[in-house]
Amino acid sequence: MDFNDTAEEATFRNEAAAWLANNQLTAAETQGLNRLQIAKLWQKRKHDAGWACLGWDRKFGGRGASAIERVIWDQEESKYDVPSRFFVIGQGMIGPTIMAWSTAEYCERFLPKLASGEEVWCQLFSEPAGGSDLAALRTKAEQDGDEWILNGQKIWTSGAHYSDYGLIVTRTDPSVAKHKGLTVFMIDMHSPGIEIKPIKQLNGESDFNEVYFTDVRVPDSYRLGSVGQGWQVCLTTLMNERLAIGGGGPGADVKLAIDIARTVEINGKPAIEDSAVRAKIAEYHVLEAGLKYNGYRAITALSRGELPGPENSIGKLVGAPKLQSIASFCMDLLEEHGVLWDEAQPLFDGLAQRSYMGAPGLRIAGGTDEIMTNIIAERVLGLPQDPRADKGIAFSDIPTGGH
Amino acid sequence: MNFEFSDEQLMLREQARGFLAQHCPPAVTRNVLESDADYDAELWQNVADMGWMATTIPEQYGGLGLSYYELAIIAEELGRVVAPLPFSSSVYLATEAILQFGSEQQKARWLPLLASGEMIATVAMTERPGQLSEHSISTRFHQDTLTGQKQPVADSAISTLIIVLAKNADDELVLCACDATHPTVVHSSLRSLDFSRGHSAVQFNSSPAEVLTGKTTDWASIQELLDRAAVLVAWEQLGIADVALEQACEYAKQRYAFGRPIGSFQAIKHKLAGMYVKNTLARSNAYFGAWALAIGSDQLPLAAATARVAAIQASVYAAQENIQTHGGMGFTWEFDCQFYYRRAKLLSLAIGSERYWQDRLVTGLNNQTPNAA
Repeated sequence: MDFNDTAEEATFRNEAAAWLANNQLTAAETQGLNRLQIAKLWQKRKHDAGWACLGWDRKFGGRGASAIERVIWDQEESKYDVPSRFFVIGQGMIGPTIMAWSTAEYCERFLPKLASGEEVWCQLFSEPAGGSDLAALRTKAEQDGDEWILNGQKIWTSGAHYSDYGLIVTRTDPSVAKHKGLTVFMIDMHSPGIEIKPIKQLNGESDFNEVYFTDVRVPDSYRLGSVGQGWQVCLTTLMNERLAIGGGGPGADVKLAIDIARTVEINGKPAIEDSAVRAKIAEYHVLEAGLKYNGYRAITALSRGELPGPENSIGKLVGAPKLQSIASFCMDLLEEHGVLWDEAQPLFDGLAQRSYMGAPGLRIAGGTDEIMTNIIAERVLGLPQDPRADKGIAFSDIPTGGH
Repeated sequence: MNFEFSDEQLMLREQARGFLAQHCPPAVTRNVLESDADYDAELWQNVADMGWMATTIPEQYGGLGLSYYELAIIAEELGRVVAPLPFSSSVYLATEAILQFGSEQQKARWLPLLASGEMIATVAMTERPGQLSEHSISTRFHQDTLTGQKQPVADSAISTLIIVLAKNADDELVLCACDATHPTVVHSSLRSLDFSRGHSAVQFNSSPAEVLTGKTTDWASIQELLDRAAVLVAWEQLGIADVALEQACEYAKQRYAFGRPIGSFQAIKHKLAGMYVKNTLARSNAYFGAWALAIGSDQLPLAAATARVAAIQASVYAAQENIQTHGGMGFTWEFDCQFYYRRAKLLSLAIGSERYWQDRLVTGLNNQTPNAA
């Protein structure tokens, strides 16, 4: 066991670090640009120097780098405040799906522009009736000559309003079992008949959209996989979700708890000396450290060419509730001041309050706590599934409670 | 043994619930949440017309002279609708402070105005982050004026009277009453995580004030004031916890996934049953708290702390897991789950955190437990 880089890894890390140090966007360059424009500028700069989509083939704008090199790059890049979230879904999840399921021609058409940041993609999977149970989705696609006509609604779509293209899963046959009647398409987000509405979240922010489709036409050539093969295509995307490293931004953590506990007092002494406070911080550290070292082990597996498996569900299952809990604890340490969430006078950057208000979303997005727990029970431990009420019958016959 | 409310009290509950269903539907809370208003003035007037602010104020001061059982019932109902009102500040804290600490003359001056709802009052104690304690108070009362800063103060911008915890020239604790609208009292609005309630930083600049002189103020008497408020706030929290559970159950029956209502999955079923268990224990502890408060039992410190800790745990958990049960929709602005999430956490911090009350609970337990021979 060795936490240090190998000689090759160290060389790569130095090269990455040096490039990053010398190529940050300057204030003059980003003057007057919005976050998306800055992200595109940064992506283009990385792309032109060969630091975009490291794992992809060079002909698609990548670097042909190994998995461990990608991890090293991400570690080095995350030391800088660079905008990346606009491309996580496209480059991390959709690019690999296109590579696996589309034609060489479309790979050449779409992937380089995805790598360079010129075009942004969104993922159109979740629906009002298909969240945890994704395959219950109802957006309909009907063939009309060499085109398909789409009608329905997607929800929780990140970045739909600034995306050029999307990856959409539709129901093409409701008369067969639910996983069998699905088909995936690439879709031009500027097509007529697409309406995008932002969703205002509980925390006041709007990271997601509802996307409505009314007689939207998609060429048959944009289909990925054969008709009815949509579920397998989706699995490629979802498998890559585990690989896509999405930085959730800073949140309440042990460091924040310690900062606050050193500052405030309990019974006339710094809170950090209070044994109940110490016990709570210790609990949180055990979780944080466990996740961190779990991550190191996953990286090691990755560097040996192993694919991340369902055991990686543990990260979100532990991380999201921990964020909610430690944010609440940090607010408690502040006592009445903990209720304040004032942008003008942020206490400890408002990190605890912002995390507390954002955490409920994290416990739901990308697989709820309950779904993650099921994945561990069924896919890791091999425990039997619940009896399924929706198995072996036509999609149209599955009970929906009248919805 | 009779550990239950009387028929009249249960009737009051029913009446209060019906009244609030009509006058405080979710849209009323949402309006305040989405506007810059600190409260709903019309609802305040309606509630005043019902006489709720007058509940425990003796009849000689224009009150109804009812017991704390009635006030606990009202508190629960206000919690259930997440009422956008300064009720806890004005009734559980300011009115109580005047009842406990005011001179005869001070009671006669302010209690009738508080009873009628004409006057809104609040209490200002905290100054800096962390635990409220005697040595954390640096606001000064000197030559009939107050100087210092309090924050956060709930509902101060809509109050006409503030009861301020300060220290006098001899470094002794005093509770002072101060005209909140005096030009030397400066309220700067502060956003809290529950936009349906107003908070401010309040600056006193040699502001005219008078000491509540009915009783000597010391740290123990301040804690008693907080104990009394803790029981009533616990009842509000219970209301929140129960509605969050009701909403989650309702949604779990309607929402289908994998061909079944999600409430048929044990992950959800056990979560909701767990909420019920927490709520039920919190309710029974709140009953005991209400009893101790109503009869003036010397068991109040332990009873209040127990009710408070249980109510914090139940309400925060229920509000959190109500969102979780609703899935993505629960995280939207549009759904009402957010009201309970915000208010549950606000009330959990308002008069001291769970840790503070756990500490107080064990102190009470230690004091009441005889030494083994």
